[in-house]
Amino acid sequence: MININTVKDMVKTCMQCGTCTGSCPNAPAMDATPRKLWQMVLSGKTDQIYKTKTFAMCSWCYTCTLRCPRGLPLTRAMTLLKTLAIQSDIPGFRSSARFYKSFVESIRRHGRVRETEFMTLYFLAMKNPLLPVRFSPLGMKLLQKNKLDLRLPSRPGLGNLEAFFLKVREIEERS
Amino acid sequence: MNYFYYPGCSLEASAIEYDTSTRAVMKALGAELVNIDDWTCCGATAAEPVSPLLSYALAARNLALAESRKLGWDILVPCSACYVNLKKAELEPRSDPVLKSQLIEILAVEGLTLKGSLRVRHLLDIFSTDINPEAINKNRTRDLAGLKLAPYYGCQCLRPYAIFDDPEEPRSMEPFIRATGADVFNWDMGAQCCGASQMSTKPDSALLLVKNILKQAKGTDAIVTVCPMCQLNLEAFQKQASTLASEDLSVSVLYLPQVLGLAMGLSWENLLLAKNLSLKQRLSTTLKQVAHAQLSA
Repeated sequence: MININTVKDMVKTCMQCGTCTGSCPNAPAMDATPRKLWQMVLSGKTDQIYKTKTFAMCSWCYTCTLRCPRGLPLTRAMTLLKTLAIQSDIPGFRSSARFYKSFVESIRRHGRVRETEFMTLYFLAMKNPLLPVRFSPLGMKLLQKNKLDLRLPSRPGLGNLEAFFLKVREIEERS
Repeated sequence: MNYFYYPGCSLEASAIEYDTSTRAVMKALGAELVNIDDWTCCGATAAEPVSPLLSYALAARNLALAESRKLGWDILVPCSACYVNLKKAELEPRSDPVLKSQLIEILAVEGLTLKGSLRVRHLLDIFSTDINPEAINKNRTRDLAGLKLAPYYGCQCLRPYAIFDDPEEPRSMEPFIRATGADVFNWDMGAQCCGASQMSTKPDSALLLVKNILKQAKGTDAIVTVCPMCQLNLEAFQKQASTLASEDLSVSVLYLPQVLGLAMGLSWENLLLAKNLSLKQRLSTTLKQVAHAQLSA
């Protein structure tokens, strides 16, 4: 099972140099810098970690991973914190969690993702009537260019990935 | 030149022009692209936070499908997010036997196996490694002289796997832009992050990144991209970025194969240039004029 110690193991040789913070394009929008976040991980301050927005702000640019003088997989560590936040249903991460889960549900159903379907799933999961309004300018732009395909994905009728997903779950649960 | 072709979900819908122009340019260069039948989503950036193992498995499924054809060709991937997912499924099982046996067990559900024999390659890798810019120049029937184009690489075709270009100061697009007759616009934003899917989950911080990139693009005729997510973030949120910056940041954004295709004589329709969300009137007129005036022999 993945837990906070998995992340701790990934960053255990962190020497707190701050190269990650200096490299992070999203650091200005974070309440705690990446360097401080790794310190929290190392000292086991789990509650503090989930109170920050830091891991949620990571946009997977991999610059910290590239530059870390210790060669630590920092982007992956950020993603694992997202995984743990989803598993623990951390309130501050619920909106992102629903976005990712809606996307994955669309893959499970059809093997491929249609933007229209997964966004509908996301809106339904969020139960916020104002949320679709935020996305409507983009939706209108895409609609005008005939780029929103309202049909389901084109993958020829081989069914969903149900068995495949169940197998992944089974292995995750036993390892 | 033969490749398996993995379009990914975006290229079937919101980035249909990237798919069409990539296929058209590769065909004009004499490359054969073979579809991976029954390919499925790579997991994008969404599967990994939900389940790291699922993210490997979804990517590995596509590698296994291609491998089952026993042709041994490289897999061409135009989308940078798909590329990084497929690449990690290519490389990591090699040094992680536990992961490899888990993937083999998952794939067996569908009667697939994974040997890990195929190379996953980004479109820009294939351009810059397998195709000489001279081939573009040789096939050139039109001249984009007078245009200044800003190469934008984004993140995931460069990082974490630094395979075909400098991951901090990439240059691989430049000879191709010059091969069309256009000039390269010099800027520092080519390898900066556009915010990717954060534009949906954390729009404020992503818009800040887009604003910073667009601000530095002042003076260019177009930004040139090699990723559907970069393209969408840079072209679809210009109004909001302009409001944030209190200045007009609108700029044309084109896919690299659209630019190359124009120089190589492919038609406006063939490159689906009408599908781009941000093509400024002035550039559109210039490009249409270029499209009508063939280079005299």
